[in-house]
Amino acid sequence: MDSMENRIPAQKKLHADWLFQHITQWLGLGLIILIVAILVTLVLASWPSIHTFGWHFLWSAEWDPAHNKFGGLVAIIGTLITALIGVIIAVPLSFGIAVLISEILPHKVGLVVARLVELMAGIPSIIYGMWGLFTLAPFLAKHVQPWLIVHCQHIPVLNYIFGGMPIGFGVFTAGIILAIMIIPLISSVMRDVLASVPTLLREAAYGVGATRWEVVWNILLHYTRAGLLGGIILGLGRALGETMAVTFVVGNSHQLFASLFMPGTTISATIANEFSEATGKLYPAALMELGLILFVITFVVLALSRALLKLGKARGGSL
Amino acid sequence: MLGQISSWRSFKTFLFTVFCYLTSIVSILVLAAILWTLLHRGMHGMNVALFTDAMPTPGQMGDLPSGLRDAILGSLIITGIGMLIATPIGILIATYLVDYGSKSKLSVYVRFVNDLLLSAPSIILGLFVYAFMVKPVGNFSGIAGAVALAFIAIPMIVRTTEDVLYLVSPMLKESAIALGIPRWRVTVKIAYRTAMSGMITAILLALARIAGETAPLLFTALNNQFPNANPLQPMANLPVTIFQFAMSPYRNWQHLAWAGALLITIVILLINLIARVFLRDKNAH
Repeated sequence: MDSMENRIPAQKKLHADWLFQHITQWLGLGLIILIVAILVTLVLASWPSIHTFGWHFLWSAEWDPAHNKFGGLVAIIGTLITALIGVIIAVPLSFGIAVLISEILPHKVGLVVARLVELMAGIPSIIYGMWGLFTLAPFLAKHVQPWLIVHCQHIPVLNYIFGGMPIGFGVFTAGIILAIMIIPLISSVMRDVLASVPTLLREAAYGVGATRWEVVWNILLHYTRAGLLGGIILGLGRALGETMAVTFVVGNSHQLFASLFMPGTTISATIANEFSEATGKLYPAALMELGLILFVITFVVLALSRALLKLGKARGGSL
Repeated sequence: MLGQISSWRSFKTFLFTVFCYLTSIVSILVLAAILWTLLHRGMHGMNVALFTDAMPTPGQMGDLPSGLRDAILGSLIITGIGMLIATPIGILIATYLVDYGSKSKLSVYVRFVNDLLLSAPSIILGLFVYAFMVKPVGNFSGIAGAVALAFIAIPMIVRTTEDVLYLVSPMLKESAIALGIPRWRVTVKIAYRTAMSGMITAILLALARIAGETAPLLFTALNNQFPNANPLQPMANLPVTIFQFAMSPYRNWQHLAWAGALLITIVILLINLIARVFLRDKNAH
């Protein structure tokens, strides 16, 4: 056996082969170690805060660096609400764009629209933030918010949600910026999902006399709902973690308001604003714990989205 | 009766079609508004001084100095190091997923983790790099920023490279292996060469993504008022400078921020465009 192998002239090459193969494998393993390391590092770095505040951190709204009192509630709620506003606005827009491109426009024209929407995805988030601060916020303060405040002031619940002062920046504006940022992502996933519907199904439906609305509503939506939901949740995950655009417009206030027009904060905006100035032991640890919470939230959301997109592919979209 | 129903049905379709057109028009108008604001506010700052002058310090009024030289240089260095780290690692992991580990259980986990990293909030990566590269060493550094950017670029390169490596015909690889060529040479000489333009697209798309990233640099590379080309020290960089200048109360700082924003957007859109040309090149083959 041994002498046989020795006679192979390419023995050296086999070593190289082994090495190359294992390097690729080790690097793959390294990726898994990286994500574990991120989790462990975040837990270790936030330990002083976890140890001091325990579960209380999750529902305490007190954020007082001067007295070393930290609670993440305002940031957590702000993260969820801004992302939710973003998704609520972005989903109908993205669906309209996806249907227009894949079902209505001729292929070539649709491609042009698709490229333009993709262009939006290429713009860095800091640009969205600056645009939000210098253009969108003044516009909303002048034209949109006063109108909403006046027209909602006698409607119960809405008078709280759309109450307060038209100052331009705040949770509402952050939600709109997030919506703009996730439209390219959601619409491109939706386009892929719609494209996966067999042409036969569409043609059969049109063949028995269905209108376009009926084909989209009864056939495509039914067939692709798992995939569409997966795309929406993917967008939600992106919105939850977005930092720079939100930091510019959210107002960075650690107070909880019922009104969406008032300033608030999100986990990522809090970290971006305060981390480099955080001194002492507890303050940075509390910010790290916020990061850990964000990591866990996005992890769950992304795993869910992945499972749904896979389901959509595997079973032809039926939930 | 029949006519009524059918006109109601076609009216619904009409409404839906209008809705689809409106959503697209609104989105494209928003894109146009953003680009217009960027051009309008950034254009008059786009001059030679932007590239040659040092950055202004707080309180400084008047015209001089009014450039972003050090931030531009710092960004080039940080992004360059980041891509140097990310490119080989990303390509080799993609190679593992396609060629060597495609049947192993590990590749399933690697792919899953890669997807998670792909959409993980970039600020988390910044926190992580801070905790394990900045805090133990004791100072912020350009290299820490580069590592944070590399962690963003790697999963992007893996995903896109994996897709293009899958397109390499298995027959081609098998016939090479049958000729007795070692597998690593098959990978490098045949798979990589066949998939070259797609891989360049992957690298360019990752570059476009990290070139504008701000959040992971905030507490890794930090920023620097002074010229510095040493990556072991805090380093000025374009995104963080734009952030600080835009949020500042000084008019001339805000002008510079817009000029920087325009510059970075033009560069990123150009990279995207070039990446698309390479993609088309691949499709033509």
